[in-house]
Amino acid sequence: MTYANLYEPPGPRGIRRNRTLAAGVALVLLAVAYFVFVRFDEKDQWAADKWAPLLRGDVWATFILPGLAGTLAAAVTGVVLAGLFGIVFATARMSDHRWIRVPAAAVVEFFRSVPLLLLIFFAFFGSFALLGTNISAFSAVVFGLTLYNGSVIAEIIRAGVQSLPRGQREAAFAIGMRKGQVMRLVLLPQALRAMMPALVSQFVVLLKDSALGLIVGYDELVDRGLNGIAANFSNVIPAAILIAAIFILINLSLDRLAHRLSATRRT
Amino acid sequence: MDALLIESDTVFAAFWMTVRLTAVSALGSLVLGVLLTAMRVAPLASLRGAASVYVSVARNTPLTLVLLFTGLGVGANLGVELSDDIATNNYWLAVIGLTAYTSAFVCEALRSGLNTVPVGQAEAARSLGLGFVKTLGLITLPQAFRSVVAPLGSIMIALTKNTTIALVVGVSEASVRMREMIETYGDQVIEIFFGFAAGFVLLCLPMGLAFGWLSRRMAVAR
Amino acid sequence: MFGRSLYAVFAVVTLATACGGGQESYASVVDKAKNAKKLVIGVKADQPGLGLRTPNGDFSGFDIEVATYVAKQLGVEAKDITWKETVSANREAFIEQGQVDMVVATYSITDARKQKVSFAGPYFVAGQDLLVRAADAALTGPEALNGKKLCSVAGSTPAQKVKSEYAKEVQLQEERTYSACVDRVLGGQLDAITTDDVILAGYAAQHAGKLKVVGKPFSTEKYGIGLKKDDTAGRKAVNDALEKMFSDGSWTKALQASVGSSGFALPQAPKLERY
Repeated sequence: MTYANLYEPPGPRGIRRNRTLAAGVALVLLAVAYFVFVRFDEKDQWAADKWAPLLRGDVWATFILPGLAGTLAAAVTGVVLAGLFGIVFATARMSDHRWIRVPAAAVVEFFRSVPLLLLIFFAFFGSFALLGTNISAFSAVVFGLTLYNGSVIAEIIRAGVQSLPRGQREAAFAIGMRKGQVMRLVLLPQALRAMMPALVSQFVVLLKDSALGLIVGYDELVDRGLNGIAANFSNVIPAAILIAAIFILINLSLDRLAHRLSATRRT
Repeated sequence: MDALLIESDTVFAAFWMTVRLTAVSALGSLVLGVLLTAMRVAPLASLRGAASVYVSVARNTPLTLVLLFTGLGVGANLGVELSDDIATNNYWLAVIGLTAYTSAFVCEALRSGLNTVPVGQAEAARSLGLGFVKTLGLITLPQAFRSVVAPLGSIMIALTKNTTIALVVGVSEASVRMREMIETYGDQVIEIFFGFAAGFVLLCLPMGLAFGWLSRRMAVAR
Repeated sequence: MFGRSLYAVFAVVTLATACGGGQESYASVVDKAKNAKKLVIGVKADQPGLGLRTPNGDFSGFDIEVATYVAKQLGVEAKDITWKETVSANREAFIEQGQVDMVVATYSITDARKQKVSFAGPYFVAGQDLLVRAADAALTGPEALNGKKLCSVAGSTPAQKVKSEYAKEVQLQEERTYSACVDRVLGGQLDAITTDDVILAGYAAQHAGKLKVVGKPFSTEKYGIGLKKDDTAGRKAVNDALEKMFSDGSWTKALQASVGSSGFALPQAPKLERY
């Protein structure tokens, strides 16, 4: 999408002015980059011995890949459980029975308002007092990811169902389907398809949030990768740049996937 | 409930920090978000490119890492000192990090708002002789704002919850206090958790309602 | 509804984790070593000089040397040891739940912890100290910290102790990791890091010439080997192994190899507490 309608196509003078402005912008950006470069250089952040380890195979095998595996394990488990949670609570919130609808709404609204970090802390540090045993960091992270993202997904699915034309529901009832069947066979499949882009962007959020595992020492990309590498080579900044790049790559490909999904849907 | 009552002063202080972080970062990210939006639709390709790279980087990096960069990168290595007092310095570094992250989302929302403004609006503005800045600032952006009040509300609520991650740069807000209290009062975990959770519900729910009301009021009838 | 779903999720995740750790249980670490010829040992993974996961996937450091020696005395070869990363928050839990057979992870012997686990040792007596820039001559001890900026790792009490007992005017910064603290002190933003001297020595060795340990410890931390509560046979066997390690010179050699390059003054082997 371009926004060229916001301005006149530049004439010869406009083109010249734009060139000058573009040069000015480039200059400013370069100046900022140079400032960062020099300041980091003063602190030896560009030193080869801080960056070289990031290219070593054994560093990847010991820190980054296991960290990536941890991140993906938490994220995939979280996506599956949050998806289930979302479907169950979205359905419950649209129930005809008040005594199901109201509590389901309360649960969803509650977990949407509570910061994920609090949920993870509660599970990790509170589990001993509650259950008499300490749950693992993985469980604590998945617990938080599931409840928080599950509630958000429940709302996305509900919005999806409500956006469907009424005729769908009425037609399904007309051919004699029961309530559960209407939801399961007619409404949910369409709602999930319609909401796929929103769901994928929520999965991106979930993946990014799994980095909070670092707070409870879960072996994911930040804890195992960044902290593990930094403990060996004391290169926090270079390692953080690498880990951030990995996250950005994964998320951008998920983004692209979401675009593809929404594009195929329209045709 | 004892623990929450005994510690009510520190709990309120912690939540006050949450509110301050939220309010200042919200303001900052609205300003930066508008600026980024303007850059993304500007006539200059270099501005558009810079803003678009910034938005995809900030949006796709975990906030934990964004705050780590502001704490260690901006703070320790760029040598930016905003105050001689560590606590104040950390507070401002957290505000910078939260603003940098949230403004990318504000920019995305505003850009999709611009898509809802009919082409004729901008064309009419141009035919009156308005340039880019005036067309955007006086005609299209205000309308875009009105159509994205609800998504902006969600972003601000997310920001409120995201302030808990400021513990990465050493700001002791509500989540830090809750963790400490769980360790001290191990027998009251449930009360403590629901107490702090209630605090966030109290902050977020009215915001949600207010933005819902505002978005209905501001909706552009077309 | 709400409560039930919460507990249901809890139950699912705890079940999932419980299934992961299904191992045969032995009454004492001695039996396990003798019969299974294998041990799982909990160590730190991010502390250079003590317990550090290195790029080749191994662990190295003084704690690792001690654990390897003790395991050998119990009849378990180095290759049959499984190292498991522990963090300060989960050491007791790992022992209680049998996820590890022993913990050798800069684990201070305290009365509170003795309620939950048994300790062999101490195998090292550390003291709280300061790590400062090598060029910094003014910072000679905790009293000199007034008006300075001190870094510590979140969830540790030592920094509070400095503030309450030595320097009321000190400013505290909490970080997630020591690496981050080191970055800030090297960057000049903060002035000192505090924790046990031997841990600091590991960082001083990593940054030889740039950081130094002040060398005036102001507390005593006795590092013990954590075992399952009331494993008397295990405690005796581990203590015997440590006794041997002290007397045959391996202890000094291990310490020298791990943190010697920092210029840290190597102490004598401690006296065991066979309670």
